[in-house]
Amino acid sequence: MKLSFTVNAKQVEASAPPVERLSDVLRQELGLFGTKVGCNAGDCGACTILMDGEPVCSCLVAAAQADGCDLVTVEGLTDNETLSRLQESFLHFGAAQCGICTPGMLMSAKALLDRKPNPSLDEVESALGGVLCRCTGYRKIIDAVLHAADFDGEDIAPQAGSNVGSSIRHLDGRPKVTGDLSYAADAVPEDALALRIVRSPHHHAGFTLGDKESYIARHDGVVAVFDAGDIPGRNCFGVIPKFADQPVFAENVARYKGEAIAAVVGEPNAIRYLDDAAFPVTWEVLDAVLLVDEALQPDAPCLHEGRPGNVMVRGRVEHGDAAAAIEASAHRVSVSTSTPFIEHAYIEPEAGYAYRDGDRVVVHGCTQAPVMDRDSVAEIMALDSSAVRVIPSACGGGFGAKLDISFQPYIALAAWKLNRAVTVAYSRGESMMATTKRHPSAIELSVGCDADGKITGFDFDGVFNTGAYASWGPTVADRVPIHASGPYFIPNYRATSAAIHTHTSPAGAFRGFGVPQAAIAQECAFDDLADKAGIDRLQFRLMNALDNGMRTSTGQVFEKGVGIKACLEALGPAWSAATKRSREFNAKSNGSSLRRGHGIASCWYGCGNTSLPNPSTIRMGITSDGKVFLHQGAMDIGQGSNTVISQIAADAFGVPVHSIELIGCDTDLTPDCGKTSASRQTFVTGSAAKLAGTELRKMVLRKSNAGEDAVISLGEGVLTLHDGTSTVQVDLAALDCNQHGYVFMAEETYNPPTSPLDENGQGIPYAVFGYGAQIVELTVDTGLGTVKIDRITTAHDVGRAINPLLVEGQIEGGAAQGIGLALMEDFHPGRTENLHDYLIPTIGDVPEFENIIIEVEDAEGPYGAKGLGEHVLIPTAPAILNSIRNATGAVVRDLPATPDKVMAALKLNDRGQYND
Amino acid sequence: MKFARPDQLSDALSLLADGDWDIISGGTDFYPAIHDRPVTQSVLDISAVSQLRDIAETDGFWRIGALVTWSDIIAANLPPAFDALKLSAREIGSVQIQNRATLAGNICNASPAADGVPPLLVLDAVVELTSVRGTRDVPLAEFIQGNRVTVLEHDELLTGLRVPQHSSLGASSFLKLGARKYLVISIAMVAARLACDDAGRISDAAVSVGACSAVAQRLPALEATLIGQAMSAELADVPTVEHFAGLSPITDVRASAGYRREAAMTLTCRVLTKIAQGSRQ
Repeated sequence: MKLSFTVNAKQVEASAPPVERLSDVLRQELGLFGTKVGCNAGDCGACTILMDGEPVCSCLVAAAQADGCDLVTVEGLTDNETLSRLQESFLHFGAAQCGICTPGMLMSAKALLDRKPNPSLDEVESALGGVLCRCTGYRKIIDAVLHAADFDGEDIAPQAGSNVGSSIRHLDGRPKVTGDLSYAADAVPEDALALRIVRSPHHHAGFTLGDKESYIARHDGVVAVFDAGDIPGRNCFGVIPKFADQPVFAENVARYKGEAIAAVVGEPNAIRYLDDAAFPVTWEVLDAVLLVDEALQPDAPCLHEGRPGNVMVRGRVEHGDAAAAIEASAHRVSVSTSTPFIEHAYIEPEAGYAYRDGDRVVVHGCTQAPVMDRDSVAEIMALDSSAVRVIPSACGGGFGAKLDISFQPYIALAAWKLNRAVTVAYSRGESMMATTKRHPSAIELSVGCDADGKITGFDFDGVFNTGAYASWGPTVADRVPIHASGPYFIPNYRATSAAIHTHTSPAGAFRGFGVPQAAIAQECAFDDLADKAGIDRLQFRLMNALDNGMRTSTGQVFEKGVGIKACLEALGPAWSAATKRSREFNAKSNGSSLRRGHGIASCWYGCGNTSLPNPSTIRMGITSDGKVFLHQGAMDIGQGSNTVISQIAADAFGVPVHSIELIGCDTDLTPDCGKTSASRQTFVTGSAAKLAGTELRKMVLRKSNAGEDAVISLGEGVLTLHDGTSTVQVDLAALDCNQHGYVFMAEETYNPPTSPLDENGQGIPYAVFGYGAQIVELTVDTGLGTVKIDRITTAHDVGRAINPLLVEGQIEGGAAQGIGLALMEDFHPGRTENLHDYLIPTIGDVPEFENIIIEVEDAEGPYGAKGLGEHVLIPTAPAILNSIRNATGAVVRDLPATPDKVMAALKLNDRGQYND
Repeated sequence: MKFARPDQLSDALSLLADGDWDIISGGTDFYPAIHDRPVTQSVLDISAVSQLRDIAETDGFWRIGALVTWSDIIAANLPPAFDALKLSAREIGSVQIQNRATLAGNICNASPAADGVPPLLVLDAVVELTSVRGTRDVPLAEFIQGNRVTVLEHDELLTGLRVPQHSSLGASSFLKLGARKYLVISIAMVAARLACDDAGRISDAAVSVGACSAVAQRLPALEATLIGQAMSAELADVPTVEHFAGLSPITDVRASAGYRREAAMTLTCRVLTKIAQGSRQ
């Protein structure tokens, strides 16, 4: 039907089916891709626009209902290239990380501010409560809205030498607040065919495909059906070559609900209206094992040949005699903990498009690992890596699940075979059923300490449900025994892990690779032990904390940079204040059902791959017209690598960061910076950037014979060096360009020094660890078992904060995911594949933060910097559980601590009210 | 597949009499139910029938038209007996949902966890079902028959809700329990309305519990016990386990059945206390 409405003050005509979702009309008919689609169900709010002044989810509005209405989208916030105060405020406070929720947040905020320019905190939370954000932890967004009315700040402009340490705005932030940034499902070529993946509706089933040709003939607009037989190369992928086991298309048997068995390609409208039930396939449902206990039964179906008993891999770290030491200890505790599947729940479902470029195939889309994607696609397509180009779109959140390939091989295959552009966009349900999850865990831990509270022995067994395929399961199995000790000195240590296959979504990488699950057991056990020993819980951690010169669980000894004590000491005043607040609240709460408590937990986390090479390479060049280009291949998924790596490179070379031209991820244009995972980009790629900047500086200085301290300035075709007394000019235009178009160019690689672990897990797994600790204060409603987090105080040792604003963004976002892990997140394959049954924290569930940034310089990292991205999630959940116990005595060890579980624990608690 | 968007009720009813339609207004239940798939069914959009948008006090009734949204309820000037309804309105989905979703849609969707149903039950709401055959009034408690089951005939439109004047007396309150702050499906919820005589004794009591049975339920035994009690903090001591025996909660991903039953009682005690405290001010 013909539609006529006002969009962003312009009269617009459009044609669309009357019941088309308005979000689709805005995006597909009008090209207004600033409005994002995250769930198509009103659960995420990313598609929020204003309709006659009121915020609505445009995915729930029928096109016909907008006829004659006044619509405002994010594109309408910018007035002639000038950002509104609200948008500027978002940039200033770091309120946009990945940016996918930003349009929804901005439009919700605009609706509020139009009515109430100076809203209260409560009003902001209520107004924004309908938009989910998975990156920021919301508090920066709240700050941005509270300060929007009179915001007139500008970005800071650090000079050479002071780029590192400056809280500059995200360098790539502007298009996130204007709606101009292209994410995976935006800006698809108009002539692209669409692809729909046919997935198993069963957890475990044999299948036979029927007649593809007659199916195609019977469906107008369907061009092709692809299945395993169409894969030119290897129908198998995996992020760890030794364990690669996952087919692009299942062959004969599907091992989890949501596994791909075929793909249908055709004209977009034909694909939209396909009836999945009409696809020619016959299923034979087989017995499925969904839980580890079922998978370990002797008669359980075996998922993979060569992995008897469904055991994929085991890990172990051991030194001393843990059992004997615990047996001889003055105090002993044992804890059992469990955690469920956790879904990444980024607001951007997987999407992309591919096309054939002569003898090459080009893949666009969201990813955390462009080079791994390229190599995987090449192997599947039987192409040389050089024949595949991966151009990442902006990435609307990743958190680990976009490390594995998902949509890439399907569209690459279809585009290659059909010689047409082909696109795919996962629905929310597909994204949740088909992609990786955090491993469910079951952990048994015993710990002992002497009469003074010194830990004597630590004995840990962790069993992880690794799902149907390997994904990052081996990494979890490796990392857990190394990290299970936490950042503490333990003289007798034994930690084992096992990854067990089940007929569920592959469990893969999720911020922390199993370490958050392990830390829950360890940090809760430490609270029990501190109580038994009669020692303050913070003091207990301090007296057992690692320090320079002490051996870690793998026998590694750092001469400098061990920052956990500094973190715990920095939290001393906050701990005293929290203790006082809990006491005072509870003293006054006579007869009330509310009890307040506080808890603490620590973290450590090794940055980079475990005992494996993981180099990054950075290229920097100067053009003859006097511009400095940084080829930065560390995928920015919102965390800020584009900004941080530029700051490092700018200081190493010696120019203001804002004078550097950034060339973002593209496997043709940027050297390999590895994957955005393992908290490695600031450390590893940052080190490469420092080397490249330093080398480029040396080249320039050599050319001009200027002194080492010379100040570089770049003009039109001229590079000028001042070194106090003299000024030298280099005529860039007179120099020869290399094949990359540069007159000066440096390309440097950094690979962190590690060594393999021996049969007892002893060795040098990581060159750098980062450290941290968090205090949580919360209130438990003992009548209902509900938990309200009141405040989180963090102290994270980042070695050197390259950008303190971005550090805070990581901390608050990670802690928010920790809150979800502790209190609400619980993924059940086949049951919670949407964002209303699978709950993540909303703006009302994340408290205020006080962040103390600790800088204990690292020997290896650039400017002393350490990684941070995963560390920040680890302490939150155990600190919450320890706070609940402190408030009420209730011991919850099976996560999430939903109200019913807290209530059950309150009843079991026969020790009465507990508070120190 | 057909689409119609009449602006007259009579046209809407004629269409309904003459075909098989999915009725939409705010779309907040319709679109999530089709997931990412396109619309293939015939859709009758009643959102342009502006005569259904009113909230009015007439003929011994408060009448709420079928197009009244939750945001409209929040903004409306209504007696204190409707406070429970207003409180539930603020907890339905998000502002975005409240701006589009209607009370009528919430009722017709007939989810056991429909936030609007308990507050409407304590108002003794009657639904008005209209077709070309005429209009019939059905008490809300009889309209919803089970999980997603109502007595709405295929040619009928729920055109409005009526709250009898005698049920719009007194004070009311509402509590919702969920596992997070916003955008949450209820684990349990309770609405109550209490009216007093001149001596400050409860003369009319209505209490209902949602998400603890296939259809939200009134608690007649508790209501009977409340009659004649003084409006005071002691009201929280009135509910007993027996008063909740008629509930039939289930265990699902949100909570266990046993927890739901206990939470219903705790919430009820608190709602009664809230009303008593409010009435003293």
